[in-house]
Amino acid sequence: MRIIRYIIQKEFKQIFRNKGMLPIIFVLPLIQLVILSSAATFEVKNIKFSYIDHDKTSFSRALIDRFDASTYFNIITDFPSSRRANTAMLKGEVDVILEIPHYFERDLLKDKKTNLSVTINAIDGAAAGVENVYINQIVQRFNQNAQVGLLQPSDMKNVPKSIISIPSFWYNKTLNYKTFMVPGILVLLVTMITLFLSGMNIVREKEIGTLEQMNVTPIKKHQFIIGKLFPFWVLGMVLLTVGLIISKVLFQVPMVGSALLMYGYTAIYILVILGMGLFISNFTDTQQQAMFIAWFFVVIFILMSGLFTPIESMPEWAQALTEFNPIKFYVEVMRMVMLKGAGFTDILPQFTKTLVYAIIMNGLAVWSYKKTN
Amino acid sequence: MKKTNIIQAKNLTKKFGDFTAVNAITFEVKQGEIFGFLGANGAGKTTAMKMLIGISTPTSGEAEVAGLDVYKNPEGIKKSIGYMSQKFALYDDLTVKENITFFGGIYGLSRQQIKEKSTLLINELGLQKVAGELVGSLPLGWKQKLAFSVALLHDPKIIFLDEPTGGVDPITRRQFWEMIYKTAYEGTTVFVTTHYMDEAEYCNRVSIMVDGKIEALDTPKKLKEQFNVASMNDVFLKLARG
Repeated sequence: MRIIRYIIQKEFKQIFRNKGMLPIIFVLPLIQLVILSSAATFEVKNIKFSYIDHDKTSFSRALIDRFDASTYFNIITDFPSSRRANTAMLKGEVDVILEIPHYFERDLLKDKKTNLSVTINAIDGAAAGVENVYINQIVQRFNQNAQVGLLQPSDMKNVPKSIISIPSFWYNKTLNYKTFMVPGILVLLVTMITLFLSGMNIVREKEIGTLEQMNVTPIKKHQFIIGKLFPFWVLGMVLLTVGLIISKVLFQVPMVGSALLMYGYTAIYILVILGMGLFISNFTDTQQQAMFIAWFFVVIFILMSGLFTPIESMPEWAQALTEFNPIKFYVEVMRMVMLKGAGFTDILPQFTKTLVYAIIMNGLAVWSYKKTN
Repeated sequence: MKKTNIIQAKNLTKKFGDFTAVNAITFEVKQGEIFGFLGANGAGKTTAMKMLIGISTPTSGEAEVAGLDVYKNPEGIKKSIGYMSQKFALYDDLTVKENITFFGGIYGLSRQQIKEKSTLLINELGLQKVAGELVGSLPLGWKQKLAFSVALLHDPKIIFLDEPTGGVDPITRRQFWEMIYKTAYEGTTVFVTTHYMDEAEYCNRVSIMVDGKIEALDTPKKLKEQFNVASMNDVFLKLARG
């Protein structure tokens, strides 16, 4: 125990003495949290909307006004011809072209039926889909109102009652994207900092030669590893705390569940990451190698964590792979606890998997760290 | 020299794939002597030393250090030895005092012992003024002397020095050897590798390795007689050139 304390002391001294590292450890992650949480959004907003109005009647203008009123659409231009509009689409100046045909108002009044042409830039298929839904909603609402306005009072009883669904959005009532993203970004920060620092740390001692000096001391493997990893474990917990405070104060992300549960889970999760970092550093000789390997895993883990893309829409083999992704578990737990108020039994599956992961990773780390070659 | 053998190696061999770095070396080191371990670069000195200090497992052969088997009890050996490598191996980003405390701590010295030893050591080396400064800012000679003293903190039975005076100025080298003499006089066995042949003259006994084998082993005086030359330098040149 005393020996471990000496190692921990030394590590902390070195961390806080490294003037170049301190800002990297504390400032960069928080900047990331603030920037990414605000910027990394999949909400489709500010759609560049344009139209070609061949009709130029009060009806066609009413329709355009509806798009104008929507917060999702920015009305860019009114094109005189579809050729001009297409050129603009090609240049990326517009996302959506709505073409209102001649006799739009007349046909609607007379035949109660007319067609609109909508062209959407679908390079980003997901965004195009969302835009299509928005457009349809606006057109439909316009349609309903137009119908009501057109019907004679005597027709009223014949109006088909349409079914209206009223959505209620649970756990994130206002559909605030930040509420969804902040817990995920927090996961990223805690993971990246602890993985990189622990991965680099032992390799660095290898590079400068002090590891050999450690290896000729009677220090025990577990003492060395615990002493080495504990400071980074503490750093991870501190980062989580600062991150949680920021998400509360800056982004008003609620903490519905128990903070204690979150810390308990994180405590074990960080062990997985530290074990991984240590394992990497045991198999590499330079910080450069360790950095590249750490990046390799981090990128895969992040992109397959369900943080940016839903796991449900991945191919099956990829979904199977995500079962080995600790970041995925953490993202799930973080969202469940923070937003849904999940309790211990709810996160038990993730908890168990993470615990097993931690045991395996650290077992591998201890096994692969050899004092004698 | 009387006394018992503190290091005993018999046919000690280390192979890396097809390459035999250390080829069946047999020798012993007596307690309290200064044993010079010489050889050209790549002759296998460092590899041999690594087997003795328990960070490299031999491919074959036997060796006992401080009465402990290098296969069975490398960790036990580590308690009884001190080691100072050719790479400077204290922490540059810790102060002189912090380095002493840390290494004392991991060798299991008590707080009181660490305190006493620090003061003693800092005074002996004349480092009072820089005790609170980062080791990285000290000149190389000072660092090497400090590293040597730190390697002796836990009163090891044997101290292994791997080219301790490489790149150090002649005056510091002189002082360094005075420290070695003092250490040996106090009963610690000194096992030292060097490329400086004048330093070889200071050793009680010297072995010279060539291509993984020990080609000569005796006192400097007898070696010079054997090869019929005037200095250790000539002994070395004769052997190394083959």
